Amino acid sequence: MSGGFLTLEGVRKEFKGKLAVDRFDLEVAPGEFVSFLGPSGCGKTTTLRMVAGFEHPSAGTVRLAGKDVTFAKPNERNIGMVFQSYALFPNMTVAGNIGFGLRVRKESAAARERRVAELLELIHLPDKGKSYPYELSGGQQQRVALARALAIRPQLLLLDEPLSALDAKIRVELRSEIRRIQRELGITTIYVTHDQEEALSLSDRIVVMSAGQMEQVGTPFEIYNFPKTSFVAAFVGTLNQLHCTVADAGSGAVAFNGQTIRVGSPIQFAKGTRVLMMLRPEELHLGEEGGDNRLSGKVDTVTFLGGVVRVRVGLGDSNLTLDILNERTLRLPTVGEQQTLSFPPHACWVMAEN
Amino acid sequence: MTISTAPAPLAAGPPVSAAPARGSRLWSWLAFLVVALYFVLPLVATFYWSLRAEKGVLGFEAYRKLFADANFLPAFSESIVNAVLAIFLSLLIIVPTAYWVTLRLPGLRPVVEFITLLPFVIPAVVLVFGLIRLYGRPPLLLTATYGSSRVVLVCVYAAISFPYMFRSVDNGLRAMDVRGLTEAAQGLGAGWGTILRKVIFPNLRVALLSGALLTFAIVIGELTIALFMAQHTLGPYMAELTRSKVYEPSAMAIVAFAITWAAMGMIAYISRERKQM
Repeated sequence: MSGGFLTLEGVRKEFKGKLAVDRFDLEVAPGEFVSFLGPSGCGKTTTLRMVAGFEHPSAGTVRLAGKDVTFAKPNERNIGMVFQSYALFPNMTVAGNIGFGLRVRKESAAARERRVAELLELIHLPDKGKSYPYELSGGQQQRVALARALAIRPQLLLLDEPLSALDAKIRVELRSEIRRIQRELGITTIYVTHDQEEALSLSDRIVVMSAGQMEQVGTPFEIYNFPKTSFVAAFVGTLNQLHCTVADAGSGAVAFNGQTIRVGSPIQFAKGTRVLMMLRPEELHLGEEGGDNRLSGKVDTVTFLGGVVRVRVGLGDSNLTLDILNERTLRLPTVGEQQTLSFPPHACWVMAEN
Repeated sequence: MTISTAPAPLAAGPPVSAAPARGSRLWSWLAFLVVALYFVLPLVATFYWSLRAEKGVLGFEAYRKLFADANFLPAFSESIVNAVLAIFLSLLIIVPTAYWVTLRLPGLRPVVEFITLLPFVIPAVVLVFGLIRLYGRPPLLLTATYGSSRVVLVCVYAAISFPYMFRSVDNGLRAMDVRGLTEAAQGLGAGWGTILRKVIFPNLRVALLSGALLTFAIVIGELTIALFMAQHTLGPYMAELTRSKVYEPSAMAIVAFAITWAAMGMIAYISRERKQM
């Protein structure tokens, strides 16, 4: 593995004997937007910090544009980084913040001014150059932090949970801004987040991490629809899991509460093996028109979420959650009502029980 | 039977909380008055006494004599220079230390705090004897001349400012995102010197100023160490004045108060300006 613009090979990081990241191998192509997605403490930020140079790997190498930067200082890597806390310099104006990196590089005042103006335009804050960070909203401050990171024309942009401190609406707005700017500049970007929606909507590829290890690398479509591990399946999106027994491996049939459920493909486990049958809420339908598989149960909860209505249906000891697209003529199911759920075989997949 | 839905009259009887509120306010004022008298009365008395240098009239004769004294201004200016040098030395030692402890060695904070508190624990007399024994002997012989003694004095003043300086700087550092700012600056290509000069020092302005002014207030009238090191600073001058004059020591005390208050006022003003920033 040595063809990527950014390459991490066998990267491992220990803190006082405690393993934070292990066996991390990744190649990032020029201009690619890759997200590290995982729960808190999974090692995603540590990996990003190793790329930035704020931490050194205990083993493995980090190569950037063909150069080994494993132990290079952060100020020698020409990497732009955006922090969750913005980390804007409070004593400097917006222009001062954006121009800081250029000043360090001893660029002329005129060149600096030009570049600052260019970036203020890019982040849609052309008249805020003389403001101080405390005069800006959280969203504006994060835009300034992004402009500051981009001002030095970095070869790589790192974003460490940049939207976590912002409220939901601003987060969605800024997320598309980040993607627009990244596409406009074509800059290779690594984005760390624990928010699956952010990762799915922004990334070319996602690296799902758990307990310091890469669980799966793939496009958002692959990660969501074809998870390789039960962790990825459960962490990304909402997932229904039913404890079943393999009834007929060849034809892809499992038994649940005495009923047979067909899955789309042959099962890799022997007949009688306990397995988890999985399917996404949006694949389930109320009524019998959703597919060949049918299960009956009582409505437990109905949650109105605006665009969708989430319904949980109890099936004895288990339950299934389904999402119904909202429309004004929709008849909402009532709690306690008996309902039939249907779903197609190709929506289901099977994994070993842990 | 009809049930009235009209609200009950609100103004029936005096407000229940009015009496205790008035009572507690009265106690607050009384406490304030006692404290004010405790602090202000001696000051007023000293000021009044300093105005009585001329028989039968109240005037500033004592102040005129004080400023006309050939020894006053040299002692005063020497103390100011000593204080400024001590502040710079203290800043040079404390800021990088506190910064590094906050950033990289947080586990060492209790040790550094203990070390900076030592000047509080060691009496000035013990400190000065220790210094003379250590630096006044060969091969250093640093107390051999007036100039070299002064260097030692400034170093000691820097050391006795550590408790104030470290606490001020440490509070300032805790109030800012030291790690975030440092890493942001590093990522943009800055080295340690640039980070300290352009990012850390400017954002510690208020903390540095309060540490510096506290140091100034302590050093300006310091007596014991200056006396043992035979330095002609304001502390020994004031002590001599108290022995030989009647009204000038009071005038001197008022001048010293004015300087300290001006320093405090400056801290308050700059802090307010900073909050508005």
